[in-house]
Amino acid sequence: MSQATLDHLGRPIVVVTGIGMVTALGEGKQDNWSKLIAGESGVSKINRFDTEGLRTQIAGIIDWQGKGEFFAPAHSLSLARKSAQEAIAQSGIGSKGNFPGPLFMAIFPVETNWHHRMKVYESSTVNGKSGYERLIRNARLGDFSEFYAMYQFGSIAEHLAEEFGTRGQPISLTTACASGATSVQLGAEAIRRGDTDAALCNGTDGEICEETVVRFNLLSALSTQNDDPKGASKPFSKGRDGFVMAEGSASLVLESYDAAKARGAKILGVVRGAGERADTFHRTRSAPDGSAVIETVTRSLKDAGMMPHEVDYINAHGTSTPENDKMEYLALSSALGDALDNIPISSNKSMIGHTLSAAGAVEAAISLLTIEAGVIPPTINCHEQDPNILMDVVPNFKREKSVSSVMSNSFGFGGQNVCLIFSAEPD
Amino acid sequence: MSTEKSEVWITGVGLVSSLGEGLETHWQQLASSGTPKPVLDKLSQAPYLVHPIVDYDVATQVPKRSDQRQMGPWQLLGTYAAGLALDDAGIAHNEELLAATNMIVAAGGGERDTEADSIIMEAVSKSDNPETMLNTMLNTELRPTLFLAQLSNLMAGNISIVHGVTDSSRTFMGEEMAGVSAIETATAQIQHGQGDIFLVGGAYIAERADMTMLMEFGNALWGEDYQSVWSRENTEGGLIAGSAGAFLVLESKEHAEARGAKPYARINTVVSDRCNREPGTAGKSADQLLKKLAGKITHGPLPVLTGCSGIQPQLSEEHAFLNGLSDIGAKPSIRAVTTVLGSTIEAQFPVSTILAALAISKGGFFEPFDDSGVEQPFAGSPEQVLISTWGHWRGESLALIDKPAVPLRKVESS
Repeated sequence: MSQATLDHLGRPIVVVTGIGMVTALGEGKQDNWSKLIAGESGVSKINRFDTEGLRTQIAGIIDWQGKGEFFAPAHSLSLARKSAQEAIAQSGIGSKGNFPGPLFMAIFPVETNWHHRMKVYESSTVNGKSGYERLIRNARLGDFSEFYAMYQFGSIAEHLAEEFGTRGQPISLTTACASGATSVQLGAEAIRRGDTDAALCNGTDGEICEETVVRFNLLSALSTQNDDPKGASKPFSKGRDGFVMAEGSASLVLESYDAAKARGAKILGVVRGAGERADTFHRTRSAPDGSAVIETVTRSLKDAGMMPHEVDYINAHGTSTPENDKMEYLALSSALGDALDNIPISSNKSMIGHTLSAAGAVEAAISLLTIEAGVIPPTINCHEQDPNILMDVVPNFKREKSVSSVMSNSFGFGGQNVCLIFSAEPD
Repeated sequence: MSTEKSEVWITGVGLVSSLGEGLETHWQQLASSGTPKPVLDKLSQAPYLVHPIVDYDVATQVPKRSDQRQMGPWQLLGTYAAGLALDDAGIAHNEELLAATNMIVAAGGGERDTEADSIIMEAVSKSDNPETMLNTMLNTELRPTLFLAQLSNLMAGNISIVHGVTDSSRTFMGEEMAGVSAIETATAQIQHGQGDIFLVGGAYIAERADMTMLMEFGNALWGEDYQSVWSRENTEGGLIAGSAGAFLVLESKEHAEARGAKPYARINTVVSDRCNREPGTAGKSADQLLKKLAGKITHGPLPVLTGCSGIQPQLSEEHAFLNGLSDIGAKPSIRAVTTVLGSTIEAQFPVSTILAALAISKGGFFEPFDDSGVEQPFAGSPEQVLISTWGHWRGESLALIDKPAVPLRKVESS
C-alpha cells in the first residue's frame, strides 16, 4: 500500500475503466454519443399507455421491446443490465458473472403499477369486498409471487448482483434526481477507503406510467408542450415550461488507479472529486440564494483540489424547469465567479430528457465521453436564450474543445445536491 | 490517510415502537418484569396482526404544523425518531454541528392514499373504457402533497428541513438490508475519516394496507393467532409486521471526546452479504460472515439479538446457524426481537442496534422473550452483543456491538 498512487488529500486515486449507457436516443455509448453531438432529441409521444386526459403526453420513453405489459422494475432492470454489460465489457474486469467489487444501484422508489393493482383487484370478486380488503384477500388467494419479488425495493439491485456476481450486499439508493451521482460518489468513497479496488455504479430509471406522469404534473414540474415533443426540453431558454420525463440507465466501472494500471486497463478518466450539501429550505425548491448548491459546487472543487478556472466544461443539471435553470445559473456564478464567463455549460437533458434516478449516472458517462472526444454536446432547442441566464450554453450545435476536466451537477427534490468532477488521466 | 481506524461510538439514540418510547421504557418492558408482553393490533390489518406504533407527541420534535402536513405517518415517525436521537446526543439545535452531521436514512416508501386507490379501482373496474378512466381518476384523486409524503428520499429531506442536518444526505433502500447498509456504511466512513458524526436509522409503519398487500403477494404474513417467532418454526411460518422508528447518532471516539460525549456502546463490526435464497444458501452466507468475525467473538456466554421474520425456511435456517455459534466456543443466549416488536423491515437493524447498546449500557440482558426454550437466560454484564439480521426476502448480516474501554453513558430513567 505504501506504493499507492494517492491524490492531493492522500487518498487512492479513483478512475473509470468502463462506461455503458442506454437512453431514449439509443442503446450503447456510441449510438448515444453520435446522436448527442448531432443534436438529436430522443423525446417522443408516449405510446406505452393511453394519454388521453393527461396534461403531459410526451417523454424520453424507451419502448423498443414492444407493447407488452409494462412492469417498471423489470423494465428498469433490463436497462440496468444493458448498461452494466457494456461498461464491464469495456473495462475487461473480472470474468463473466464475477465482478470483483460491490454494486451501488441508484433506483427510483418502486411502486405497484396500476395495471397490476387492477389485475389483483379483478382476479376474484370474493363476497363483494372492495378496496384494499379485496386486494389483500386476492393477493393471498392467487399466485403473485413474481410481484412480491419484483416490487421489493431491493429487487433490481439483487437481480443485478446475482447476474453479474458483484461482491457483498448491493446498495440500492435514492437521492431523487441526484441518485445517479450519489452512486458514483459511494463507489468512489469505497475505493478511497481501501474497502475495494473496484465498484460497479449504476443508475436506472424506467418508471414512466400513468401515475408517475400525473404526479409530476400535479407538481407542475413537467413540460406540457405536447405538440412539439423534440422541442419541449429547452434548458436555459425563454419559454421553458418544465422537464421532460425520460428513461435510461448508465453504468460506470470504477477502480483504483493502481489496480487499473496493474491489469493494463485503459483509463477513461479520473473521478477527481465530489461535493454534497443538503438544503433545508423547501421540499421541492432550492434556497432562493442558492446557498446549498453553491456549497455543493465549492466542496466538489475543494475535494478535487481544483480552482474554478481549471474547470473546462460544466455538464449542467439543466432540467428545463423555470426555477432550476435560473437557480443553477445564480449558484454557479456565485460559486465560480468570473471563471464562469469562460466555461461552456450544456444540458444533455435537452436531448435525452430527465432520466431522474439515472440522470446523474447518464450525465457522468457523457461527461467522460466529452473528455475522450474533445467535443462538447450542445444544449438544443436554444433559439432564444433566457436573457437572465448569462452563460455560454453551447446552443444547438456541438463545439470542438479540448476538455480535461468536467463538472457534472445533480440537484434532487428533497434538497439533496451532488456535484462530481471528472478529469482526464494525468500524464 | 491514516491506516489507524477510528472507534465508532453510539452517542445518541431515538427509539419509538409498539412498546413505547425511549431506552428506559424498553428496558422496563423487556428486562425487568418476566416474559415481555407484546402489544398487538388485531383490527387494522385483519385478519393479520400488527404491532402498532405507540401514541407519541409529534409536536415535540416536529413543532410546525406546516411541516407535519407535508408528511405521511411513515415520514413523521422517522423525522420524530431522528429528532429524539439528535436531542439524546445533545446536538439538536447546534447549527454548526448539524451542518457537519452526515445522514444515511434506510427508507421504504410512504403510505399510499388507500381511500383514493379504492375509489379509482372501483371506477376503473366498472368502466367500459378503463384506460381513459384511469387517467381521469388519477387526475382527480391524487394530491401533490401526497406524492411528496410518499417519496423515499423525503424522510431525509424532512429531517434536513425540520432538524437542520445538512452535510451529506443519502437514502438507502432494500428492506432490512437498507438499515444494515446504512449503519455499515456510516461505520466504515467514520473508521476511515470520511466523516466524524452521522445520523443513521429508519422507520416502518406496519398499519398499512398497501404493505400488507405487498407482503401477501408472497404469502409472507402470519395469518393465525399470535405466536412467538420460535413457536412458528414447526409451521409454514409467516411474518408479523411491527411499527418502529429508530435512529442513532454515531460518532468517532475523538469527535465525541472533544465535545464531552460518552458512548452507550461501540460498533465493533458490521458485515453483510447476499445469496439467492435457494434452500441452504442463506445459512452458508451467514457462515461466511461469521468467519469475518473470527477472533472478535469471545468464548462463553454470548447475548444474541436476531431479527428473524418468521418466514420459512429462513427461520429454521437461521435458528440452525445460531445454534452453530457453539462451534466457535460461544454459548448463545438468543432473543428474537421480532417476537416482541414484530418485523420492522428498514428499521429492523437500527432497532436491534439500539437494543444492543441498551443492554451494554445497562450491564445486563433481556429476559427470554418467549417460553419456547430457545431463549436461555443470561446472567451478568454483556461485553458484546451479536446481532443477526436476515432480510425477509434477501440479504444476510452480522454485527458485533461491544463495550468500549471508557466509562459508559448510563440510560436515564424516563
